[in-house]
Amino acid sequence: MNTLLQVRELTTRFHTPEGTVFAVNGVSFDLGEGETLAVVGESGCGKSVTMLSIMGLIPKPPGEIPKGEALYIKRDLLKLSDAEMQHIRGKEIAMIFQDPMTSLNPVLSIGRQITESLRTHLGIDQKAANQRAVELLEQVGISEAARRLADFPHQFSGGMRQRVMIAMALACVPNLLIADEPTTALDVTIQAQIIELVIQLREQLGMAMIWITHDLGVVAGLAERVTVMYAGYIVEEASVDDLYDDPRHPYTLALLAALPRVDLRRERRLKSIPGAPPSLLVEPKGCPFAPRCEYVREICRKENPVLTPVAARHKIACWVDINSGDLR
Amino acid sequence: MESTTAAPGSVARLFPDELETPPLSLRQLTWRRFKRHKMAIFGMISLILLGFYSFGGMLLFSEADANFVDTKLILQAPTAKHFFGTDTIGRDILARTIYGGQISIIIGLTAMLVETIIGVVIGALAGYYGGLIDSLLMRFTETVLTIPQIFLLLVMAKYFGGSIPEFELFGRTFSGSVIVIILIIGFTSWPYLARIVRAEFLSLKENEFILAAKAIGTPTSQIIFRHILPNSAAPIIVSATLGVANAITLEAYISFLGLGVRPPTPTWGNMLERAYNYIESAYWLWLFPGLLIALIVLSINFVGDGLRDALDPRSRAI
Repeated sequence: MNTLLQVRELTTRFHTPEGTVFAVNGVSFDLGEGETLAVVGESGCGKSVTMLSIMGLIPKPPGEIPKGEALYIKRDLLKLSDAEMQHIRGKEIAMIFQDPMTSLNPVLSIGRQITESLRTHLGIDQKAANQRAVELLEQVGISEAARRLADFPHQFSGGMRQRVMIAMALACVPNLLIADEPTTALDVTIQAQIIELVIQLREQLGMAMIWITHDLGVVAGLAERVTVMYAGYIVEEASVDDLYDDPRHPYTLALLAALPRVDLRRERRLKSIPGAPPSLLVEPKGCPFAPRCEYVREICRKENPVLTPVAARHKIACWVDINSGDLR
Repeated sequence: MESTTAAPGSVARLFPDELETPPLSLRQLTWRRFKRHKMAIFGMISLILLGFYSFGGMLLFSEADANFVDTKLILQAPTAKHFFGTDTIGRDILARTIYGGQISIIIGLTAMLVETIIGVVIGALAGYYGGLIDSLLMRFTETVLTIPQIFLLLVMAKYFGGSIPEFELFGRTFSGSVIVIILIIGFTSWPYLARIVRAEFLSLKENEFILAAKAIGTPTSQIIFRHILPNSAAPIIVSATLGVANAITLEAYISFLGLGVRPPTPTWGNMLERAYNYIESAYWLWLFPGLLIALIVLSINFVGDGLRDALDPRSRAI
């Protein structure tokens, strides 16, 4: 499998009046062609900022990317000019967002919004673009597509709007689709439909995908590999099976324990993680999870562990081997 | 059994189209709310009538009538032959209000266009880019705001007044001062609009749909003018409407002070110019153009108020 995207030591900060926010702190991961990677973690742990940094959509100022690279087919996306990035966004890498209710422009027709990227990137005329838009809408399961091109976003339901967003993102058949919690704002049945649709489109188009979520339940049927993020760090990276069967990082373990399971006794209370994620306003020192960790040791508070392999294709950033309870 | 009644155990097959009337479009909603504003409807009808008066009146009087000097008939009170009387050099005031109305309305509309274009571009760039560009543009805007507009207008009118020669358009001769007046009113009226547009852009650019548009590679110019601008259409439309009234008033001011549109081209404003010497002795000199100015400004303001309410996205009234 060829590598499509190679992110190294990506660091993103925001300079705000309250101080510097250390949003992403040296994140590295690889993504193969056609592969699906899930990025999980609770709110505010840097998942979205990581992806927006790769897309060049971080407003600067207040944002700053002091170091790191994001090699997309040998090109470092972080070093490209705005104009060059514009050609990549939507054409090679597309992104869909969390809330379909606010991600569509309320005053432009659906047709205009879908054809926009076609006309920008492929330079085709409105008529051809409209034709393609009808195909796309049919592809994402919107009936009477031709008639609905002239409709405005408020005439669509939430699930329908997310389908339209997907059609917009896939218009130019990108190599990589970044989905930023695309089902969080939808109810469960619609969620399932959207996930099914995305899986089916991924097979059809053979594109790679990064799926951001804080719902570990969604990940299982969707991704091949998972990275778990905490406070701007990647703390564990594993194949989906390994992550569920053999989690090695205390945070992952805690996340899985907090997940409702249909196969366990109903009286079992869901286990929450004590404490709250650390403030990103202070420069991180030591392991960011240490204050909430059951396995915490002396060294955890002093030095931040780096992401190292524990098994084949399985990496964690932790000083402790949670199976034995000893230091690694 | 009726066909729409569901058989026991089966699911009724009703499609949305059968269940409800289609939702009202934005235009329909706006019109419904506008209609309820009685003064706005009055304003709109009065504007239509004034339009008919000024442009339909061309069929009854030629421009030559409006400029025809009859020295035997100076300062005549309204008669059956001259409904509005005659002025100091014997021209028919009715005919002059008709042609003057055209110029006043044209000045109002075009000065509003100039104002809107400048205001929107400056406000949009300042609001969208923020930072240094915003600071520079807004300090410039504030500088223009701190100079009293009338003073600026008079200085500019005095300075540029005769710089554009007469020109012909649609078979009519216009004084070049018309263009000068349009430009200087436009160039001095935009700051308020620029501020409104900037404020709109500041909040609209943070919307997720702007991020989504960027994520599919939409160029910046399209983001500004195709994505954000239509979202701020409502306040711009209202401001532009009121801008027409403002421009007509300003034209009247400067023309009244003798620095505006040069005779023989009539406007409602310059018809008042010499009337103040005859305030008591010849009321018809100032009454008719004065009434027309008051009526058009009032009507436009009513329409503007109605539009403001009708276009307010936060209004829940149906």
